[in-house]
Amino acid sequence: MNIDSIQNGVVLDHVQAGKSMEIYKYLHLDQLDCQVAIIKNAKSARMGKKDIIKIDSPMDVDLDVLGYIDPNITVNIIRNGVRVAKKHVALPEKLVNVIHCKNPRCITAAEPQLDAIFLLSDPERGTYRCAYCDAEKQRRL
Amino acid sequence: MEKRNLIDITDLTTAEIDEMIAAAEDIIASPAKYAHVCDGKQLATLFFEPSTRTRLSFESAMLALGGQTLGFSEAMSSSTAKGETVVDTVHTVSCYADIIAMRHPKEGAPYAAIQRSEVPIINAGDGGHNHPTQTLTDLLTIHRELGRLTDLTIGFCGDLKFGRTVHSLVNALSRETGIRFVFISPEELKLPDYLKENVLKKYNLPYTETASLEAAIPELDILYMTRVQKERFFNEADYVRLKDTYVLTPEKLVPAKAELRILHPLPRVNEISTAVDNDPRAAYFRQVRNGKYIRMALMMKLLDLRA
Repeated sequence: MNIDSIQNGVVLDHVQAGKSMEIYKYLHLDQLDCQVAIIKNAKSARMGKKDIIKIDSPMDVDLDVLGYIDPNITVNIIRNGVRVAKKHVALPEKLVNVIHCKNPRCITAAEPQLDAIFLLSDPERGTYRCAYCDAEKQRRL
Repeated sequence: MEKRNLIDITDLTTAEIDEMIAAAEDIIASPAKYAHVCDGKQLATLFFEPSTRTRLSFESAMLALGGQTLGFSEAMSSSTAKGETVVDTVHTVSCYADIIAMRHPKEGAPYAAIQRSEVPIINAGDGGHNHPTQTLTDLLTIHRELGRLTDLTIGFCGDLKFGRTVHSLVNALSRETGIRFVFISPEELKLPDYLKENVLKKYNLPYTETASLEAAIPELDILYMTRVQKERFFNEADYVRLKDTYVLTPEKLVPAKAELRILHPLPRVNEISTAVDNDPRAAYFRQVRNGKYIRMALMMKLLDLRA
């Protein structure tokens, strides 16, 4: 299967196999007008199989969102058909308006205009806690 | 000076808590020395949820320091009734007052409030989450009653799930040495997992959980009783089923240590029989008095004022 190389855009590589649609949703890629290619179950020497997302347009990728979803993803920035930067993401210390608190007693449930803020509480378990009420949120992936 | 708030008891270092306990002791010994420390200062008490002792304790504390108070005692008498957000209400009031004590039924409301407040915010209770000034009161009481905050076996009894005073005091005592926790509750009202993970297990603190008050009582230095709070339940049937789980009586105190001290954040319903009130080990009304003095010490600290 051939997918054309992109000239100017972003390639998200080393995505955990089967999780590319989650990233598509979190990054709101459905709102882009450019071509977006999702390659599922590509062969990988390191991972066995992986997903890849190619976005055929320069865009600022929210590294915090990616780090939260999958800290093993690599972000490749492509300009004029050449990779000009390769970024590794990590679990972010703070997430703003990425995930939302499900605790019905939390102030954010009563006043949804507040920023949804989560702080990394346990890097080993990938656990976050609501900065307002301390409710726990496990990473979904 | 950088604006300081008290949202969670861990906003204060143990050294700062020790300093405030010492200040409260000095206020108790020489109240006249502090009568004009807050001359010209205004405390706003924003109580979006009803309270008697906490609000009056704050107001009494500010008046004893020579300052003045303003505020409201229920959400329906504030602009909240018109749909104003807590952030806007607090931001507005921060233009009038020098310091704010706020209580709100929703967890995390004070954290939201500090984002826009121009003056120090004190969390006077946010839902079932935290109540740090009650914790300062508890710490002062333990210190005054037993002369130490270390090497204690402390039993918490009742609603440990929604009991914000329990959560704050567990957090505070976790930083002291030689503390053993005994959590006495029915299954449905056990201590939240996040406290076990983030505090007890994280710092390897010894704790046990039991449903039996009678079994736990002989080993305790402190027994911290709590009320099962009707307002925290979405389902009244659950409240009715659990509210009378524990009732402390003189008979249950027979095997307790002579130096045991019984604390309760109050108000009580029937979890401590009034027959216990005259027992010298019952410290809960002395605890109420201590609340005023430690709040005086706290407001002086946050306003950076000294006698």
